[in-house]
This record gives sequence, structure tokens and C-alpha cells, in this order.
Amino acid sequence: MASTIPVKIEFTGGLEILFSHQRSHKIALPSSDPSTNQPANVGFLIDWLCKNLMKDPREDMFVLEGTVRPGILVLINDADWELEGQEAYELQAGDEVVFVSTLHGG
Amino acid sequence: MPPRECEICHTNRAQILRPKNHARICAPCFIAIFEDEVAETVTSTNLFNPGERVAIGASGGKDSTVLASVLKTLNDRHNWGLDLVLLSIDEGITGYRDHSLEAVKRHSEQYDLPLKIVSYADLYGWSMDQVVAQVGKKGNCTYCGVFRRQALDRGAAMLGVGHVVTGHNADDVAETVLMNLLRGDLPRLSRATSIVTSTPSAALPENGEGEIKFTNVKRSKPLIYAYEKEIVMYAHHKKLDYFSTECIYSPEAFRGSARTLIKNLERIRPESILDVVRSGIDMAKLVPGAEEQNSQRACGGENKAAAAKTDEGDGLGGCGSSKESGGEMAAMEQKLLQDEEAQANGNEVEIKMPKKTVNSQNGVARDTQDAADAEIDVKNGQQQSPAQQTVPIRTKEEKKSRKRGKDAPPPKQKLGQCERCGYLSSQSVCKACVLLEGLNKARPRTGIEVGGGD
Repeated sequence: MASTIPVKIEFTGGLEILFSHQRSHKIALPSSDPSTNQPANVGFLIDWLCKNLMKDPREDMFVLEGTVRPGILVLINDADWELEGQEAYELQAGDEVVFVSTLHGG
Repeated sequence: MPPRECEICHTNRAQILRPKNHARICAPCFIAIFEDEVAETVTSTNLFNPGERVAIGASGGKDSTVLASVLKTLNDRHNWGLDLVLLSIDEGITGYRDHSLEAVKRHSEQYDLPLKIVSYADLYGWSMDQVVAQVGKKGNCTYCGVFRRQALDRGAAMLGVGHVVTGHNADDVAETVLMNLLRGDLPRLSRATSIVTSTPSAALPENGEGEIKFTNVKRSKPLIYAYEKEIVMYAHHKKLDYFSTECIYSPEAFRGSARTLIKNLERIRPESILDVVRSGIDMAKLVPGAEEQNSQRACGGENKAAAAKTDEGDGLGGCGSSKESGGEMAAMEQKLLQDEEAQANGNEVEIKMPKKTVNSQNGVARDTQDAADAEIDVKNGQQQSPAQQTVPIRTKEEKKSRKRGKDAPPPKQKLGQCERCGYLSSQSVCKACVLLEGLNKARPRTGIEVGGGD
């Protein structure tokens, strides 16, 4: 099996409930996407999280139509993922990705 | 990737893409500009009087947490001299509100603001857990919404505060605009877009000198132009701790279709949210009775009662009421409306005997002739102004009466007080009391009265 890269993941704003009510996770992400043989990017990470880390069947509260549900903010190393290339951003060892839901009660 | 430095300070790395103008800025610049914009909203609308006591409706969620943090910061920075307090409503929902209130208690310490908690159980004799046990999960949001509106006002009055600010943001308002557009409910659309909701105190007899009654509490939403995204970003970068679990009784609220539509639009074109808000404001000007409301918006909302803060609750608070799918709410309101009509018909018989007492209870100065007219109107089956106020679609009857109003002095809205609890109501009995009556009837126990009574 190919090597992995360590990535820190955080879920807040109510998303914790989908991931065993745990806010912070340290994961070992495969360093490349086996289906494309490309280096692991955020798109691959989201898919991987659904398949490997999510403990709740309500996947549609996290992902809709192949990407993060509208209303969920993604921060890559504390910056808006839209500034970093969104799904195409290639993850580096030690990166931190935060998913914040804005959809829960205010 | 294009240059990633902050467009404002040109030193730090850009961390935020602003939805309203696509600016790429760093976190410190973002926090500064976010605070400046809220300050601008407050000053340009003359939202507060110097030295005013202001209660922040605090749920422990992101919006009210950010509102409390920003107002506290701005009040200190600009010497507004506001006397800020946190006001929380305990609906009595175990596993939800009890946890979020813990967050509010922490905020009270962190921001050094006093905290007042008002519970449904104290005010109404019913916690939401008990209401749900009685009526089931369907439709309980209506009870919660109607009760909350009064609870905030009563809590404010207990604190001697005449102004309550809530954390409604641009996304919430855009959502409400769309929902009311889809339901054809322009009066409510109009109310949602106004930064200050009306102060009907002028319609009521003046009691005492300057004493705060729960019937003349002003409401406003200082974050009306702030994107939800920016509120969450502000909380994230300022490391504010807030509570974020959906109310256990409204899991479907999460899927509110207007909300989904707004979020989908935002992804394609982020400006859409503020554009919908702006469109709502423009549409509100076309709504009958809008002049009063607009002048209110401009002058900071001193009286002009006609706009009417009704007791139905305009989707306030952190729960599902504004996020719920329209149908259920609409059905419930339909039922309420029917109840009210039935009530009005019932009064037809009663009006004659205790004319004086009814008048004084209602707190509406109505001479005998008016009362007689009213009676005739009811008999003719013409619904009076209360119905005009709640019926969303203009009927022939209404058009007629509007025409009449052009020659004669404009028809005064009969906004009175609930004869049971004294809350503002266009009906003789307010919605909260109607709901409570239903609940209490079903409960095998007597003697439960509306609390407070002021």
C-alpha cells in the first residue's frame, strides 16, 4: 500500500455529530488517490472522510452532489478554501483542514 | 494561484474571501472591517440612544454570540455608553437549551455582561418538553415561536430594558424574504426587512412615567447586513465559543427549502444574499402601510404603531420557526386564524353587556359609536382590521375599506391588548393565550394562568 500523510481535521458548528461527536481528528490520509493515481487533494479527502471517518448515515448533511454541502465552510490552514483552489488543493503533511457548518441554529 | 496577500494591509496572507465583494483579506483586517461595518449600520440608522439599556437576545448560538461580542467591543471602543445585558429564554428543552444556556453563562463571564434567564415554565406554566408531550412534534415550533416573542419582551421589561437586539443576519432575512414571497405574505416580508421592528407603544395609553412595559419593547437586528459566513468566520478567528446543535424538536428545519436555496445561490453568486435583502427592502416600500414602516426605519423606530408588532412572532430566535418548511407553519397559522375568527364571532354576543369593561380591558379608547359600528361590521360578516392585518391576500372587502379610508381619516388599526395577559394583540385574546387555553384544556388540571401579568 502506498504511503500516507498526516493531516489534522476539525469539525465544528454542529458537524461534530456526524463524526462520533469528536471535534478534532488526526488522520493518516493515503498520499495519492488510488482511482486517479494523482496526489491526494481536498476532493479526495472529503470522499475519504465520508467512507472512513463518518459514523453517521446522514452523509447528505456533509456532502451534496459530490462536494461539501453549501453552507459548510472549509478552511485550509486557517484560510478560506476558495483562496486555496478548493477541491484541487493538494494536501501536504501537517496540513490542517477545518469544516465549519453555518447551517445550525443561531 | 493569484497573489495571496491581503488586499488591505498588503502584508499578511489572505485568509478570507468576502462574499459581498470578493475581497481577499487577512483575518485581522477582516475582524476590523466586520466590526466597522456593524458600527456603520448602528450609527447610520441611529439604532441606539446614548446611555440606552439594551438587552441582547442570547441563545448561545453563533449569531447572538457574535452580536454580544461585537456590541461589547464597539460599545467600549466608541464610548456609546450602552448598558448591555444578556437576555436568554429557557424554553425547557432538555438536551438542547440546557446546554446552550451553559454557553450563555460563560459569555456572561467572558464579556462581563449581566445575564437574565426567563423560562417558559415560569411564564406560561409549560416547558416545551411538556408542550411536545401534549401536542406532539408536529406544529410545536408554532408554540415555541409565539411564546418566545412575548418571553423576550417580558424578560426585557423585568430588566427595565426597552430595547432588545437579536442576532438575525443577512442570510436569515434573505430566507424570510423568499419564504414570504413564496407564500404571498407581503406584510410579513416587509417586517422582516426592517432593521427596527415597530414600537406600538404610541397606540397604548401611557402608564406611569417612562416605566418599561413589556408591551413597548423595541426590537432591532444590528447584523441584518452581515453574511452568515462572515459571522461564522468572525467567531472562528476570534475563537469565540458558541453552541451549535440543532433543536431536537425541529430536525426538519435543517432542510428548510428556502435556506437550501439561499445557500445554493450563495455558492454560485454570493452577492445574491444581500441582493435578496435589498430587493426585500424595496418590495417592502410597496406594501400597504409601508410609509409608516419606512419612516420608522429611517428615524430609528419611534412609534408609528400601525405597522404593528403582532403577537405572532416573526420567525425570531434560534430555532426552527424561520427555518421550518412553510407548509406546516402555514397550516398551523390557518388554524389559529380560524380560532380567532371564531373568537370574534363569539364576541358579537358579549359586546353589548359589558361594553365598558371590554373597552378598558382592551385598553383601546373606543367610544360607544365605534363599538356599535364594530358590532354591525361583525354582523355583516365584514372582518375588521384584525383580519385585514393577518389575511395575506387583499380581498374585495379590504379594497373597499381602503377606498373608504381615503376620504375619511385613515382607518386606525385596532391594536389593543390581550384581555387576559395584556400583551399587544389585534385580537381580544392574543395567540399565546389561545395556544395556552388549548393546552390547559387538555391538561387534567385547573388554575393555570398566564404568568407575569405585569
